[in-house]
Amino acid sequence: MAGGETEMEVEATSVRQIFRHLQERFPNIKSHMVDDISVAIDGSVFQDAWLKKVTENSEVYLLPRIGGG
Amino acid sequence: MDNSMDVGYSADDKELKFVGKRTNRPDGVDKVTGRARFGADARLPGMLYGKILRSPHAHARIISIDTSKAQMLSGVKAVVTRDDFEDRDSEFVPAGEMMVNYRDMVRNIMAREKVLYDGHAVAAVAATSITIAKQALKLIDVTYEVLPHVIDVVEAMAPGAPLLHDDLFTDGVEPKPTKPSNVAKRLEFNMGDIASGFAGADEILEKTFDTKPVHQGYIEPHSCLASFSENGSAELWCSTQGQYLVRAHCSKLVGMEISKLRVTPSEIGGGFGGKTVVFIEPVALALSKKTYRPVKITMTRDEVFRSSGPTSGGNVRVKIGITKDGKIMACEAELKYQAGAFQGSSVQPGCMCAFAPYDVANVNVIGWDVLSNRPKVAAYRAPGAPVSEYAVECVIDELAERIGMDPVDFRLKNAAKEGTQTAYGPKFGPIGFVEVLEATKALDHYKIPLGPNQGRGIGSGFWFNIGGETCVNLNVNEDGTLTLITGSPDIGGSRASMCNMAAEELGIDVGLINPIIADTSVLGFNFLSAGSRTTFACGLATIEAARNAIENMRKRVAQLWDIPLDAVVWEDGAARPASSNAGVFEPMTLPEIAKIAPKTGGPIAGHAEINAQGAGPGFGTHMVDVEVDKETGHVKVLRYTVIQDAGKAIHPSFVEGQYQGGAVQCIGWALNEEYVYGEDGRLQNSGFLDYRIPLASDLPMIDTKIVEVPNPNHPYGVRGVGETPIIPGLAAMSNAISNALGLRMTELPMSPPKVLKAIKEAGV
Amino acid sequence: MAKQHVTTTVNNDEFEFLCEPKASMLDVLRDELNLTGSKEGCATGDCGACSVVMDGRLVCSCLILGVEMEGKSIETIEGMADGEKLHPLQQQFLDHAALQCGICTPGVLVAAKALLEKNPDPTEIEVRYWLAGNLCRCTGYDKIIRAVMDAAKEMRAS
Repeated sequence: MAGGETEMEVEATSVRQIFRHLQERFPNIKSHMVDDISVAIDGSVFQDAWLKKVTENSEVYLLPRIGGG
Repeated sequence: MDNSMDVGYSADDKELKFVGKRTNRPDGVDKVTGRARFGADARLPGMLYGKILRSPHAHARIISIDTSKAQMLSGVKAVVTRDDFEDRDSEFVPAGEMMVNYRDMVRNIMAREKVLYDGHAVAAVAATSITIAKQALKLIDVTYEVLPHVIDVVEAMAPGAPLLHDDLFTDGVEPKPTKPSNVAKRLEFNMGDIASGFAGADEILEKTFDTKPVHQGYIEPHSCLASFSENGSAELWCSTQGQYLVRAHCSKLVGMEISKLRVTPSEIGGGFGGKTVVFIEPVALALSKKTYRPVKITMTRDEVFRSSGPTSGGNVRVKIGITKDGKIMACEAELKYQAGAFQGSSVQPGCMCAFAPYDVANVNVIGWDVLSNRPKVAAYRAPGAPVSEYAVECVIDELAERIGMDPVDFRLKNAAKEGTQTAYGPKFGPIGFVEVLEATKALDHYKIPLGPNQGRGIGSGFWFNIGGETCVNLNVNEDGTLTLITGSPDIGGSRASMCNMAAEELGIDVGLINPIIADTSVLGFNFLSAGSRTTFACGLATIEAARNAIENMRKRVAQLWDIPLDAVVWEDGAARPASSNAGVFEPMTLPEIAKIAPKTGGPIAGHAEINAQGAGPGFGTHMVDVEVDKETGHVKVLRYTVIQDAGKAIHPSFVEGQYQGGAVQCIGWALNEEYVYGEDGRLQNSGFLDYRIPLASDLPMIDTKIVEVPNPNHPYGVRGVGETPIIPGLAAMSNAISNALGLRMTELPMSPPKVLKAIKEAGV
Repeated sequence: MAKQHVTTTVNNDEFEFLCEPKASMLDVLRDELNLTGSKEGCATGDCGACSVVMDGRLVCSCLILGVEMEGKSIETIEGMADGEKLHPLQQQFLDHAALQCGICTPGVLVAAKALLEKNPDPTEIEVRYWLAGNLCRCTGYDKIIRAVMDAAKEMRAS
C-alpha cells in the first residue's frame, strides 16, 4: 500500500495529524488508516486514539487492530 | 490517557481493603439458587416460538424456497427467508470497534445465493408452539443444487478446489489475482533478515503441525427473545458477551435506528468469544417485526455445534534456528487457518503472537486466511494464538532438548522483556514473562519425580489484551448506598471486581455497592466482555466514575463549609478539611452528604465515558505431567500448574478461576476435541457425547500461581487474564506426551486412536 | 395426541396440569411450572444441567417424559435452600468461587446433594466420578470438587 516504504519521518503533534500526512502521501491507504489499525507510541498500544499527542522524537508504529474473544 | 484524571498505577504501599480480597460475589446467591435468569429463562405474554430451517448440505446453490405450505399451517404466524433481509455492500465497516462485513453477515444469518455449510440458516418460522414450529419447518420446500465441498484448509487452498465465492480474490498478493479462490488474504510480518539469522544458527528445526476445528463449548446454547412494537422500536433479550454490538449488528441487518433497539443482556452461560457475534437475534427480530408479537428462539445443542462459530483448524509450519548455547537466531512460520464460509479467521493475531514472547532479531511470519465449507469462525478466547503458539512452543522445546538445555532456562534466556522489539511492531512496555518463568522454575511441581510412561511438558504464551470504549455510572442513593451501573456482561465474576475497585476508591464497605449490568438504553457504548478487557477497561472506568463522584461530593461539602474545593479532601469514606488551616469542620460521611443532596444541588453521581487505552499484555506458562497408557493410547493428566501474570488480581478467586478454566479447555483441545466431518461434509459429532469435553473424572486439581507485575496504565496495575490461559496448554500437553513416549506427535487432538497409531508407527 | 392430565409434587408443592405427551420433564418444569432453575444444555442427557431428583433418584430431567411425573415427588434446585438459609453446598460454592458463569451450577448442586445423601464421606475420586455427568466449561472443576468436599466435611460435623 505504501509502495514498499516501511519507515519514514513525519511532522505531526497528534496521531490524527500523522494519519492526515500519510493519507496525503499515500492516497490508497485512506480507509484503512481510519478504521482498521492500532498505533503504538513509544511502546504503548492505542486503538482509536486520534487525539493522542506525539512528541518530537516519538517512535510510532502502525499495527493491525487487536481484538479478543 | 488524554482525559484530565491521573489513572496511572501508583506503587504506594497503602494497604488495600477490598482490591485483592476474596469478597462476596453480588450475583452469587441468585446463581446457586437457580434464580438468576439466563437467555432461555425469559418469557413474555403472547410469545411465539421461532425455529430455523437449516441446510443439510455442506455446499449447494439455492434454486428455490417455497414457504407457502408452512405459512398455511394453523398456528404459524410468520415465515422469513433471505427476502426479508436487505442485502448489503461488501465493505468492512467499523461496528463499535470491530471491522465487520455486513454483506457476509447478512448471508451468514440467512443464506442467499448459496448454502455454504451444513447447518447454514435458510428460513425461519414463528408459531404458537415449538411443536407447530417444528412441523412448519418440514413443510418448507427448498430446492438445492448440491455442489462439491471442501473442508480441510490445505485442500481448500489447492487450485481446482470447490470455490465458495466467485467474487473473492486473494488480498495481499502481487500481482493481483485475476481468478477467484478460497484464499481471502495473505499476510506477512517481517523483521530483520532471517536468511542471515539461520546462517548463524547451529541447530535448526522445521516442523509442520495440524489442528482440527474445535468449539468454545459453552454449556448454555444461544437464546434470545425479540419483541417488536407497532411504533417501530424493539426490545431484545439475549445471551451475549456484548449487548451494544448486538444492537449495532441487528439494527443494521433489520433496518432500524440504533436508538430504537433496546438490547438487554441476560446472565450468560459461557461465551469464550463464541457469543461476540449474532446468529439468531436478527432472525428473531425479523419474525417479531412481521407479527408484532414476542418471538423466542433457542438453539438446540446440535444447532450450537453446527451453526454457531467454532474456531479454525490450522496447518502451521514453524522453523527456528538457535545457537548451541541456546540463543534464538531466526524464526519463520507459515500459518494456514480456516475462516469458514466467510473471510475473517484469526490468522492475523495468530501471526502476531507466534514468536512474540521471545527476543528475536530475525522473524518472518506468513499467514493465510482460507475459506472452507464450515460455519464462519468466531473467536475462542485468544483467537489465533493457541494454534500458532502451540506449534512454536513444541519446536522450541525440541530444540532445547537437542542442546541439552532445561526448557524453562531456554525460555528465560530468550524471554521478551520491557523494551524488546516485537515482530508485529511496537516494543513491549513493562511485562512479566521473566517473572512467570522464574516462578515456574521455583515450583514444587517441577521437582516431583516422574515414573514410567510419564512425562512433563511446559508451554508458554502471551496475549495483547485490549481496552476499548466503556461507560460507567455510579449513583449515590439517598441512604448512602450506591448503585454501580456497568455495561459489560459478567462472564466470570467481574462485577465483584468492579465493586472492589469502587469501594477501595470511595473508602466505604464494598457491601454498600450494588452492581447492575445495564441494557443498551442506560449507558453509552460499551465494548464487549472479551479481549480480557472487562476488569481492565470497565475497572478503569469504574475508578474514574468513583473519582468523579468523589469530586462532586467534595464540591458539595466545600460549598457547605464555604471553603475552596482544594481545601476539602476525601479520606476513608468522608470529606474532611485538608488541614487545620482550612477551618474546624466535622468530617461528612458519604451517607451524610447523600442525605442532604437535594438541598445542595440535587442527586449525586459519578460518570466515566472513556476509550480505555494502555492494556497490558499477559504472559503465562503451563506445566503438566501426564501418564500415557501405551495399550489404550489414553493420556491421564496427573498434575497441572498454571503460572500467569495478572498485573494485580483484583479478586484472586476469579483470577484463579480463569487460569483453571483455560487450562482445562487446553486439555480438551489437546486430547479429545475435534469436529468430525463425513464424506458429505456434514458434522458427525454435534453433541456432547461425541464432542468430548473434559469431565470432572478426567482431571486432577489445577494448581495456580498468580504473578503480579503491575501494568503502569491502570491505578491498581491490572492486566487482563481471561485469554492467556487458553494458549500455553496445547504445547505443554504435546511436550508432556512427547517426553512420556519419546516421540513427537504433530497433530491435535492427541486422542487415544491417534496416540496408538503414533506409538505403532514409531515402534516405541 | 391429546394432552394428559398430570398431578405431581415438586419441592413439596402439589401441581396439576395438562401435559403434551412428547414434552420432557425439563420442558414441564421450565415452561409449565415456571421453575427455570433447571437448565437445558443439550436435551440428550449428556451435560447434566437439567439434573433433578425424582423419588430420591438423581436423573436428567430432559430424559424423563413430563407424563412420568404423575404421582412422583421431584426435587429441583429451587427447593435446595431453606428460605434465606442456604444449603451448606450452596454456601461452600459461594465461598470457594466454585461457579463462574453459573449455568451448570444448579445441576451440579443437585447432583452433589444426591451424592452426599448417599455417601456422606466421599473421596476426591468418588466426587469426581459422581459428578462426571455434569459438564462445566468455565471452572475446570477444581473449585467445585473442593467445595463439595468441604460441604461434606461440614455436614458430617453437624
